[in-house]
Amino acid sequence: MAILRKDLLIEWRGRSRLVALFCYALTFLLLFSFAVGPDASALQKHAAAYLWLAVLCVSTLLLVQSFQVETEQGALEALLLLPVTPTALFYGKALANTVFISALGFFALPTALVLFDMTPVGPTWMLALVVVLGAGSFAAPGTLYSALTARLAAQQLMLPVLLFPLVVPAVLAAVKATSLLLEGDPMGQLPIWLAVQVCFDLIYWSLCGLLFSRVVEA
Amino acid sequence: MSSDVAQDRMVLPIGLLIVGFGLLLVAHYQGLFVVPAEAAMGDVYRILYVHVPCAWVALVLYLLAFFAAIGSLWTGRSRWDARVEASVEVGLLLNALVLIQGSIWAKPTWGVWWTWDPRLTTTAVMLVSFMGVLVLRSMIHTPARRAVVTAIATIVAFVDVPIVYMSVKWWNSLHQMQSTPETVDSVMHLPLRMGAFGVLFLSLGMIGLRRRVAEQGLVHEKDAPDLPSPQSPLELDGYQGGEE
Repeated sequence: MAILRKDLLIEWRGRSRLVALFCYALTFLLLFSFAVGPDASALQKHAAAYLWLAVLCVSTLLLVQSFQVETEQGALEALLLLPVTPTALFYGKALANTVFISALGFFALPTALVLFDMTPVGPTWMLALVVVLGAGSFAAPGTLYSALTARLAAQQLMLPVLLFPLVVPAVLAAVKATSLLLEGDPMGQLPIWLAVQVCFDLIYWSLCGLLFSRVVEA
Repeated sequence: MSSDVAQDRMVLPIGLLIVGFGLLLVAHYQGLFVVPAEAAMGDVYRILYVHVPCAWVALVLYLLAFFAAIGSLWTGRSRWDARVEASVEVGLLLNALVLIQGSIWAKPTWGVWWTWDPRLTTTAVMLVSFMGVLVLRSMIHTPARRAVVTAIATIVAFVDVPIVYMSVKWWNSLHQMQSTPETVDSVMHLPLRMGAFGVLFLSLGMIGLRRRVAEQGLVHEKDAPDLPSPQSPLELDGYQGGEE
């Protein structure tokens, strides 16, 4: 929890960076509108996909930063000297990243609804749940890969190269679940896609938590 | 003496290559000239005798890479790291071949080189995942750290492998179900099995040879003189030369 609090505090103190990321997400959504053109039905049909692509792309910038602050001036070594296990360090950082990516999602979702002129059919709390589950599925592997690539000059390139293929199933589930909540679910498919999201969250969080200690030791 | 040992260690991989090549020749002869054409697809289907074995063995090699990665993390020995590198490389080669062969088959059968079918998409994602592992590996020049990073990235990338295998069951796919003796005619069993063992032995032979190249590279790295000490942490992090 101390790690989570530390990361939240650091981001809060440098909140202009968060604002910049939110602006970037907004720009992303606008770019999709420009790329598709003024066809409202096409935009509405793919709104969930645009939303999650924007969240995924912007969240990589968040994740890249996640371990940069720790690699500067040996901060990571100092953290490891504290009475915290590397696993606790991972879960603290991954939770902090989940909070940031969820915040990004909570900003991008209503923005997309306004831009694409949509009214969700499903309940709002379900949409919030999909956003948090989706954020969690990016945050756990993103945190691991951020640590893995933290000392590389090409980190900003390598993180998406490694992360994007891995989270394809999670993106697919998040897009499907969001789309069903926005446009309606006549076939009752939502529980399946929520279950897929939960499954991938469990896989990513357990596997990455298990491997993280070896990353910081190396 | 050491060159004799090195030569002895080359015997098995070269033997596997010869046996694998021989099996593939026989399988191709059977598949191209002995087994009759398929009722609906005609002769186009014959690519199956190389496509399906490549797909099977690519998944097996990624499984080998996964176990070698666990071995590398567990023991910390460089020989396991060399096995990971060799298995991923040869697995990637087969993965790419599977996609190319699939496209060649898809054009006359489905009418397109590529379609966003779950099996095709997940196989392409698997290729990109493991390519990422090798690219990441190439950027790290400290052998111990490189071994750990490669092993972890391989284990995480392996998450996609069961998804590829199960994709035809989980989603409505254009691609047919997993090819097993139950899903194909009995006349196809012999060339398919021989092809599978041929590709497997050929791949194991290539892994054996590639592993030795990797081990020699590690020995050369150990013998190489140390680089001058970096002036600052920034330089250590690769701002001189674009590497770790």
